[in-house]
Amino acid sequence: MKNLSKKIVVWTACTLVLLLTSLQAVGGTLKVCTNCTYTSVKQAVSQAKAGDVVLVDGGVYLESGIEITQPIRLIGQNNPVIDSNNSGQIITVLSDNVTIQGFTLQNVATSYTRDDAAIRVRQQNNIQILDNTILKTYYGIYLQYSDGIVVKGNVVKGENVGRTESSLGNAIHVYYTDDVQIIGNEVQGHRDGIYLETVKNSTVERNLSHQNSRYGLHFMFSDGNAYTHNIFRKNGAGVAVMYTTNVRMEHNVFEDNWGAASYGLLLKEINNSVIYNNTFRRNTTGIHMESSSRLDFRNNDFERNGWAIKLMTTCIQDTFRLNNFTGNSFDISTNGNAQHNYFEHNYWEKYSGYDLDKNGVGDVPYRPVSLYSMLIERVPPSVMLMRSFMVDLLDNMERVLPSIIPQNLVDERPLMKKVNHDNNREFVQVLRQTASAPWRER
Amino acid sequence: MNKIIKYVLYDIVRNKIIVAYTLFLLLLSIGVFNLGGSPDKGLLSLLNLVLLTVPLISIVFGTTHFYNSYEFMELLVSQPIRRSKIFMSEYLGVALSLSAAFMIGVGIPVLLFAPGATGLYLVLTGVFITFIFVALAFLASVITRDKAKGIGIALLLWFYFALIYDGIVLFILYSFGDYPLEYATLALTALNPVDLGRVMVLLNLDVSAMMGYTGALYKSIFGSLWGIGLAFAVMVLWVLVPVLVSRRVFKRRDM
Repeated sequence: MKNLSKKIVVWTACTLVLLLTSLQAVGGTLKVCTNCTYTSVKQAVSQAKAGDVVLVDGGVYLESGIEITQPIRLIGQNNPVIDSNNSGQIITVLSDNVTIQGFTLQNVATSYTRDDAAIRVRQQNNIQILDNTILKTYYGIYLQYSDGIVVKGNVVKGENVGRTESSLGNAIHVYYTDDVQIIGNEVQGHRDGIYLETVKNSTVERNLSHQNSRYGLHFMFSDGNAYTHNIFRKNGAGVAVMYTTNVRMEHNVFEDNWGAASYGLLLKEINNSVIYNNTFRRNTTGIHMESSSRLDFRNNDFERNGWAIKLMTTCIQDTFRLNNFTGNSFDISTNGNAQHNYFEHNYWEKYSGYDLDKNGVGDVPYRPVSLYSMLIERVPPSVMLMRSFMVDLLDNMERVLPSIIPQNLVDERPLMKKVNHDNNREFVQVLRQTASAPWRER
Repeated sequence: MNKIIKYVLYDIVRNKIIVAYTLFLLLLSIGVFNLGGSPDKGLLSLLNLVLLTVPLISIVFGTTHFYNSYEFMELLVSQPIRRSKIFMSEYLGVALSLSAAFMIGVGIPVLLFAPGATGLYLVLTGVFITFIFVALAFLASVITRDKAKGIGIALLLWFYFALIYDGIVLFILYSFGDYPLEYATLALTALNPVDLGRVMVLLNLDVSAMMGYTGALYKSIFGSLWGIGLAFAVMVLWVLVPVLVSRRVFKRRDM
């Protein structure tokens, strides 16, 4: 009996020793707090070896220029604040496999030559930036020449009131980086909310980007990315995306981008992409598109915009199906007669045709471009006559006998009822069967 | 003068057209506000209806009333009353009763469904337009003694302000599209009270952002208190000029 208990004690001791040594192999924990061994984050980070965890306890740390050169995890507990006090960049990641989690980083001054950020990742792989709050910085999170980065659950809040665009940086700035996941962040008060340049195979999901001075989302040369379930609200100029192919934009909300030069979504040279299930609400211009080809717009809602879509004649082979256009001042406007885009089975609130065979599809084609919208495009001061009786009369006459508005920009099969995107599966099936072949296959 | 206005008002109320007009406006406004989703949208639809129907009814009613009360005026002229007094009483009687009808028919629904600055502008614009078009009606009536001719002129005037003028403006803008026309359009707006009223109400609605550079310019002008004051001053001019001209004609003419 005694022997047995002795055995147990030995076993336990052995296991404990083993456990401890194994922990040592994974990495030690370096604690940072006001009365710990390390009182500054910088000190702890410079002492940390590969695999260590630097655990920072709550408190305010006046520090900047923290350089992470080992694969470590920098974790904040009880919301520690690292305040740069306008003395430069706070954290620079110069190693692979780094995690930064749970900090509040604040006060990085505008620096035109260095582009100081709260967190900068330079030429590294597999970095996780999680649940941080970044306040009053020039750039928020700046990723460059890196790969496999996760930016999740961060809040980046700048102050842009009364400041010029050039003195502001971007909240999340990604340059030449692949496989980035930007998920569930809230960004506001910067120049651009999310800025991507030459970023491939990445996901931008469930972010809220609002009240930025310029764009809520801005990307260029970033092929093959998906943008889903984001909300872009009240940004200075909305969302602008350019020079990109194979983009997927789904379930996003573009709203309240209202101003003389605001767009819900500006598409410039975007090709071969899909734009599904988005909502465009109360924007001056819902979508402005130029030189964008082979785009597929489906199941989008355009509600109460000034112009729902401004479709420049440089756009060809774009398809618009099953979209709802309600309460827009102008549904579609264009700048010329040539039209090579395809509209079918959209719901137009202004449609006044009839449906004799009761199949839910109007029997008379609908021309969404009004004469007046073309006129405004050509002679801007004619907005003076907006909503005048004369203009209504002209529009109606033109609709009966089109001569100036583009002949080919027409929805031959407009829907009689608004599409309910979630519950109309049966109806859509029926439409698919009765529909003519889409543009591409003709 | 008050006594004559009282008689004119009594006469107008008795023939019941004014009551029908009030009810028509009331039904229209309530209908519009109940149809449209938001109050803003309601105001916008109401604006279009007001700018079309109020001038028409004011001008037609004003002209017919003038001709119908011709004998009454002849009677008054034979009395020791100044002609300008007779004329002004007739004018104020008609204009006040039509504006009262407008205030009840449109003002009350606006107050109920869409209270605010924009609604106030809409109602003020409507009242001004009533005064202006009654003045124009009287101008048309004093020019000729032939009733058919007078109504014809009145209708032409309405047609001009509601439709032809905008057509001309459109033509001018289109022909001179290559030139900077922002200030020219501003001047053109001031030359038509209907357009002036519409632009003023539109700028107070959200749509101004859609109006681009011209809209921004308009907003900077009409947005200030000074600009609004100026716009209403122009409206007052639009009332005074036809009234004074027609009073002058009425004073000198051989009954």
